[in-house]
Amino acid sequence: MDYAAGKPVDPRAIEAMLPYMKTSYGNPSSLHVAGQEAKRALDEARRKVAELINAEKAESIIFTSGATESNNLAIKGAANRNKDRGTKIITSRVEHMSVVNPVKFLTTKGFEAVFLPVDKFGTLDLDSLQKELNDKTTLVSIVYANGEIGTIEPIREISKIVHTKNAFLHVDATVAAGQVPIDVKALGVDLLTISSNDMYGPKGVGALYVKDGIRIEPLLHGGGQEKGLRSGTENIPSIVAFGKAAEIVKQEMQTHLEKLTKLRDRLIEGLLKPLPYTFLNGHPTNRLPDNVSVRYSFIEGESMLLSLEMNGVSVSSGSACASKTLEPSHVLLATGLKHEEAHGSIMFSLGRENSLEDVEYVIGLMPNIIKRLRAMSPLTPAELKE
Amino acid sequence: MYSDKVMEHFKNPKNTGEIPDADGVGTVGNPVCGDLMTMYIKVKDKRITDIKFKTFGCGAAIATSSMTTDMAKGKTLEEALKITRADVATSLGGLPPVKMHCSNLAADALHAAIKDYNKKQEASNEVKK
Repeated sequence: MDYAAGKPVDPRAIEAMLPYMKTSYGNPSSLHVAGQEAKRALDEARRKVAELINAEKAESIIFTSGATESNNLAIKGAANRNKDRGTKIITSRVEHMSVVNPVKFLTTKGFEAVFLPVDKFGTLDLDSLQKELNDKTTLVSIVYANGEIGTIEPIREISKIVHTKNAFLHVDATVAAGQVPIDVKALGVDLLTISSNDMYGPKGVGALYVKDGIRIEPLLHGGGQEKGLRSGTENIPSIVAFGKAAEIVKQEMQTHLEKLTKLRDRLIEGLLKPLPYTFLNGHPTNRLPDNVSVRYSFIEGESMLLSLEMNGVSVSSGSACASKTLEPSHVLLATGLKHEEAHGSIMFSLGRENSLEDVEYVIGLMPNIIKRLRAMSPLTPAELKE
Repeated sequence: MYSDKVMEHFKNPKNTGEIPDADGVGTVGNPVCGDLMTMYIKVKDKRITDIKFKTFGCGAAIATSSMTTDMAKGKTLEEALKITRADVATSLGGLPPVKMHCSNLAADALHAAIKDYNKKQEASNEVKK
């Protein structure tokens, strides 16, 4: 149950990409037949990705190498292109590192950055957005839904506030696009990051939606592909598969959304009910259908992760001890958790392949795992000792 | 990520629990950092006759605690003081580099328990005098 970290590629998307490696290997910039075949495939994929988010036209989609590049392109591209108008960037404390680090980088280049607080559920504080937004602000970047705790942000309300000033709104929809319906026109979004692998397409490809009329500058300069915003010969096979994956998730969204929401709610209920000092991270209802993040007091996440792994269940930990850095997740800390509370978190991310049986299996395993670790912990209060 | 030996000690840790009438108790670490260990020792004729631990932490923290108690049990205090973090890691078939400092505290907890014992001995000797 760690589909957030990586998803299998839909066999239909694999099928779609194969001809573009074997026979139709033309360069879309060429005028001959093979090139024009590739150009048609590129246009079709662009149309499918545009339809998934209801973009005004296919040309608003810029293909990139993935969400990290899309976030960098949006943030550095918009900030630098509009530097003469202002140098203030606003973002939140629950962003992915591919938003946090480009913003931090820009602060070394003369920009000012503000990281807005969130409430205990991880929902953005709209009042502080209102307060921080000024005439110097050119860009606001907010995640659509957080990948660690699942909380969906009020993008429509955020957009209304942002557009009272002459600022652009970038939304990182990496983990949300393909899972929940997203309509960039209805939401009022100027730039939107989309990832292929998060919707069962291949890794190494993604897109940035750039609303008609929004001007940003490229990261890569070269042959001028993707309207000059992303030079380099297009990765046609992966883009075709991404387009196919986008088409499939759009068609099947309602089915998966309903199924996953049921599994998610059963898992949350089944994990929280039998054990005291167990809590849900993130918003109770306004959350992604695949995300279940819970925390157990008095024990540490990696030891839970290992215990589940021994029983054939893969999860992620909110604790530093399972990651490369030694700090617990900045997202969990932003929701007001103390370090030792954040350390006790684990995250399940459900996928299409998961069944109710899988969920019940995990629910059945958890009490013994938690009791064993709590029995070993010096922090466990006497009342919990059996 | 972990050696088989680490996983074995994580699955079936030795000497878990408390010793209510322990002769020495040592605690190291901090829940803020994600690792906290307490060691309890019973001492007779300057030899560790019983040892138990309680640990809040990751797999490596639990495995190193277990291994340390195994290594210290039956040893004289002098011998036990010579057990180092590196000895514990080596006996476990190695630890991932990132775990060497943050989770490999069990030897320190053992040394703290011995110091606590020595302090208590001195105190009771003072009283006797």
